Amino acid sequence: MADKPKLVKCLVWDLDNTLWRGTVLEDGEVEFPEEIRDVIIALDSRGILQSIASKNDYDLAWEQLEKLGVAEYFVHPAIGWGRKSDSVRDIADKLQFALTTIAFIDDQPTERAEVNYSHPEVRCYPAEDALKLTGLPEFTPEFVTEDSRRRREMYQAGFRRDAEKETFNGPDEDFLRSLELVMAVKRADEVDLTRVEELTLRTSQMNATGVHYSDATLRALLTDPDNEVITVTLADRFGPHGAVGVLLLEYHDALWHLKLLATSCRVVTFGAGSVLLNWLVDEAAQAGAHLVADFRPTDRNRMMDIAYRFAGFTEEPCDCLADLPALAEADRDVKRLHLVADRRPGATTMTVTAPALAADRAVRAGARA
Amino acid sequence: MTAEQTELTAGEIEKGLRGHLDSVLNTAVEPDQDLFKSGLVSSMFAMQLVVHLEETYDIAIIGADLKLDSFRTVQAMTELVLRLRAAAAGADA
Ligand SMILES: [Zn+2]
Repeated sequence: MADKPKLVKCLVWDLDNTLWRGTVLEDGEVEFPEEIRDVIIALDSRGILQSIASKNDYDLAWEQLEKLGVAEYFVHPAIGWGRKSDSVRDIADKLQFALTTIAFIDDQPTERAEVNYSHPEVRCYPAEDALKLTGLPEFTPEFVTEDSRRRREMYQAGFRRDAEKETFNGPDEDFLRSLELVMAVKRADEVDLTRVEELTLRTSQMNATGVHYSDATLRALLTDPDNEVITVTLADRFGPHGAVGVLLLEYHDALWHLKLLATSCRVVTFGAGSVLLNWLVDEAAQAGAHLVADFRPTDRNRMMDIAYRFAGFTEEPCDCLADLPALAEADRDVKRLHLVADRRPGATTMTVTAPALAADRAVRAGARA
Repeated sequence: MTAEQTELTAGEIEKGLRGHLDSVLNTAVEPDQDLFKSGLVSSMFAMQLVVHLEETYDIAIIGADLKLDSFRTVQAMTELVLRLRAAAAGADA
C-alpha cells in the first residue's frame, strides 16, 4: 500500500488569473468565481491555513480581497514585487511550518518553477487544478475537529497576542493577567474524545509519558467510575486557543494516579501546565489523597519535568506507591513522581473553571456506603 | 573548563543574575527579594530561569535540585549555581 501523502498545512495562492480571473492592476475589476470561494472556505474548515504570494500592488490587491469578502481567510499575505520563492519561505518561517507542508498554486509555469528551484519540497499546482484541490488526499486530513475548524482563528489571535507581548513592558504576571485567560477544565464526553486522541498524538513535546491512548481505550475509561478523562481548553481576550490539554486520572484508596498529562506546547508560555497541576493537587488534598504522576523523561518534555518539580513532586519513596501495579518491563524508564497533596491557592494569572473531583468522589463513596 | 569554573565567585554570579533579571523584568531586584511572592516572576518565567542558569553557568539542574525554592531569590539561585559548579569540578578532578 502506498504511503499517504503528507498533509498540506498551508496553501499559498497567487492572485491574478489564479484566485481570480483578470489582472487587478490592468483590468481594475476582476471576476471571482464562486467555486473558488467554496474551495477557500472548504480548506479553511479543514484547518488548512491559506496565504498569498502575488506580484501586485499591496493596497489595490488587499482592497480587492476585502471587497470579495475573503481577506480574512489569509494569514501573512506576501503581496509585493519580490521573488515568490522568498515569499513562500517567509510565510513558512512565520508560521513555523516545514516547507514540506507548504503548497503553492499559480497560473504561471515560470513562477512555479522559480519556487520549486529554490524549494523542491514545496508542492506546486497549476491554477487550473484549483477546483480539484479539495478532492486530493494531501488536502484531506483524517481528523477534522472543532479545533481544526478554528485553527486559522487561533493563529490570527496568536499574531495579535505576540504583537502585544512585544510591546508590553512590565512584570511577567501582569502581562499574563492582561490577557484575561480563562481555563476550562471538564470531564470529557464522547464528542471530546477525537480531540483528546488528536492532542495526545500532536503534543509529544509536553506528553508526560509518551504513551498514546487509542480511541477505544479512552472510550472504555469514560464510563469507569474509578477513572477520569479530563480535557482542558484555554481562551483569552484575543480569542480561543482551543483544546490544550488532557489528563487521565485513576482513583485508588490512598492516592490519585495521574497516568497521563499532555499539554500543547502552544500554551507553555502561559504556565498552563502549572495551573492545571496546582488545581489537581488541591483537589487531591481535599480528598486526603497522595498524588502519583507517571513521567518518562525525553529530550522533548523537559518543561513538563520542571512543571512537576515546581509543583512539588519528588522521587522520594512513600508507602502509598505499593498500591500501584508494577510497571511493565517496557516502561522501566517511567518515573513515579510523588507528592503529599496540600491545599493550594487558586491561580492568580487566569480564571479556572473545573469539576469538583474530591466532592464528587465523596458523594459517590457516600452513596455506596 | 574546570579552571575557569572555579574562578566565578558568589558576588559575580549574583551580579550577573541581577543584571539578567533587570533587563528581562525592567526592574531592579534585591538579592533576598522573593521573586514569586512579589508577583515579578510567574512559575513559567521560573522555567526560563532554569534554562538560563544552565546555559550561562554550564550546569545541569535535574531531579531534586529542580524545586521552586531554589529559584525564589537571587541568593538561592547563586547558592544553587555554586554548589552544582563545585560538584561538577569535583567530578572532573
Ligand atoms: Zn504517598
